[in-house]
Amino acid sequence: MLQIIKNKEISSRKKAAIHLAAIFLALLTASVFILFMGHPPLKVYLSMARGAFGTSYRFTETLIKTIPLIITSLGISLAFRMKFWNIGAEGQIIMGAFGASWVALSYPHLPSFVLLPLMGLGGLAGGGIWALIPAFFRARFRTNETIFTLMLNYIALQWITYLQNGPWKDPGALGFPKIPNFSPQAVLPKLFGIHIGWLIAFVLVVLSALFITKTKKGYEIQVIGESEKTARYAGINVSRTILVTLFISGALCGLAGMIEASAINKTLSVEITGGVGYTAIITAWLANLKELRIVLVSFLFAAMIQGSSYIQMAFQIPQSAAQILQGLILFFVLGSEFFIRYRIVYRSRKSGGGEA
Amino acid sequence: MLFSFLHAAVIAGTPLVFAILGEILTERAGKLNLGVEGMMLMGAVIGFKTAVLTAYPLLALFGAALAGAAGALIFSFLTVTLRSNQVVTGLALTIFGTGFASFAGQGLAGHIVPASVKDFFHPVALPVLSRIPFLGEALFHHSIFVYAGYIIIIAAYVYLFKTRFGLNLRALGENTAAADAAGINIMKYKFAHILSGGALIGLGGAFLSLVYVPTWQENITTGRGWIAVALVIFCKWNPIRIFWGAFLFGGLDIIGFRLQGLNIHISQYFFDMLPYIVTVIILIMTSVKDSKEKSPPAELGRPYFREDK
Repeated sequence: MLQIIKNKEISSRKKAAIHLAAIFLALLTASVFILFMGHPPLKVYLSMARGAFGTSYRFTETLIKTIPLIITSLGISLAFRMKFWNIGAEGQIIMGAFGASWVALSYPHLPSFVLLPLMGLGGLAGGGIWALIPAFFRARFRTNETIFTLMLNYIALQWITYLQNGPWKDPGALGFPKIPNFSPQAVLPKLFGIHIGWLIAFVLVVLSALFITKTKKGYEIQVIGESEKTARYAGINVSRTILVTLFISGALCGLAGMIEASAINKTLSVEITGGVGYTAIITAWLANLKELRIVLVSFLFAAMIQGSSYIQMAFQIPQSAAQILQGLILFFVLGSEFFIRYRIVYRSRKSGGGEA
Repeated sequence: MLFSFLHAAVIAGTPLVFAILGEILTERAGKLNLGVEGMMLMGAVIGFKTAVLTAYPLLALFGAALAGAAGALIFSFLTVTLRSNQVVTGLALTIFGTGFASFAGQGLAGHIVPASVKDFFHPVALPVLSRIPFLGEALFHHSIFVYAGYIIIIAAYVYLFKTRFGLNLRALGENTAAADAAGINIMKYKFAHILSGGALIGLGGAFLSLVYVPTWQENITTGRGWIAVALVIFCKWNPIRIFWGAFLFGGLDIIGFRLQGLNIHISQYFFDMLPYIVTVIILIMTSVKDSKEKSPPAELGRPYFREDK
């Protein structure tokens, strides 16, 4: 009969192989759907790759889409490491963008080297405070953070809708509900052809890795993630750590919002996130919350998103296909974890124990 | 005026009735499924598409329930059979469901529900009951879909608290190992309740696209699935309290629209925030006053694998 047995340790090579197999199976499943829609799957995947990497313009677009994904994933990972299920990145990005936009629209004439750092601070504060609200109630009353953070996404979105249609509406837009564009000083400069956000992302990757592995706070976060009880017993101030970590987590997402508002949209709008807050949950999880892998996974997901906007034109496959594909990949990888943690062995009834 | 408001609140609350009930069944089986929003969207789009293609209302409902159950099947296969992380699996289901609905809904925007379906869900005044002064008209002059909601709440209450199956389910939710030892087929119970929960959630989505809106639009649920997850806590995992929770939120949903007519000068966007803000307040209040009586099934969110014990 079949029995499920817990695996002790499994080599990281075998782990990677299992994950790759899962992703392959997800793509295979998606091919069935593509076939069903009357398109040749291989051709669709290839043109997706062409759409993401084919020309230097498309490759740049892919990189630009990678930047907010990396930063947001980093932010989410910090919270996830404590098993604090922050799914409010979307709202934190929005409120970060709001903070930065408030600075940019209030002081449009400041020189860049003053204005941009101030906008950065606005972004950090906006996202950080927005994450601090659920963190406070979770730390104090154990309020469910998953639903709390999610509700805040909708509230943030309504807030921007209000600004866009009300007090911040551009009088020069002929009645069209849009917020005025930033002054040129409020737009992030480029470095090697891509806005400087890539450098910020790079620095943040290094800083996050150091923070988790080298600092006391980082260590405490990991202990809390293992067990809150143990952490308390070890004398860690759990509430304080939750607050500090969530502020940083939200601040990172807020910074991603500032970068998107400044470098890409050059204004604030309800579409500022492009769903990054949700996609980053997947990328953070698939990267096992590890910084370097976040870079890799974010890049691949950005390529998938960029590629899918290309196949929309080439095959009339709607862009939501990318979302389905993301979901499928996550399903398969989640399922494959089983084969990392357990193995199935066959034992004859005579020698084995009872029924499983 | 007040009773016409109540009438509209009941309609706006009905999608929540189905979604909350579905999630109560799921959580009673020990699983926190955060995929409600995704399953609602899947139900909404399949229900609407079936209605447009076939013009058979019952087939549309069946399709919606099937779509919700299919989402729940993915969830339970991953979390029960393959023991994956419940939180992330639920989120994945919501992301998948959102993409699926937007994909399947391509080209449906602007379509309206066929006349046969519209007639089927047309409000009917119940004899006698609808003639109760004041409340009768507000509660008993509705689509049969709304009445189905009333009936199913009561049925679920009886099932949970008055039948042996319900007792077993509650036992499983409180102490899976003991229920297992008592000979309850854990796997069967979990799958059965998560799947039927998913079917109900799918129907909740279908109410939106078939009766409430009733055309197709992107993200037709606008967070109602998440509100439902929060309201399960508010309802203390007891179906009968859905009457209160769902219709209260139905009221919040429409209050801005109603007050606009009264020339009250508060931006509609703040009213649109109201359901989310109140959800947050309820979350906080229940966690502050956390008591034994209000506590969730003890096994909620806790994975159970016999070999691990």
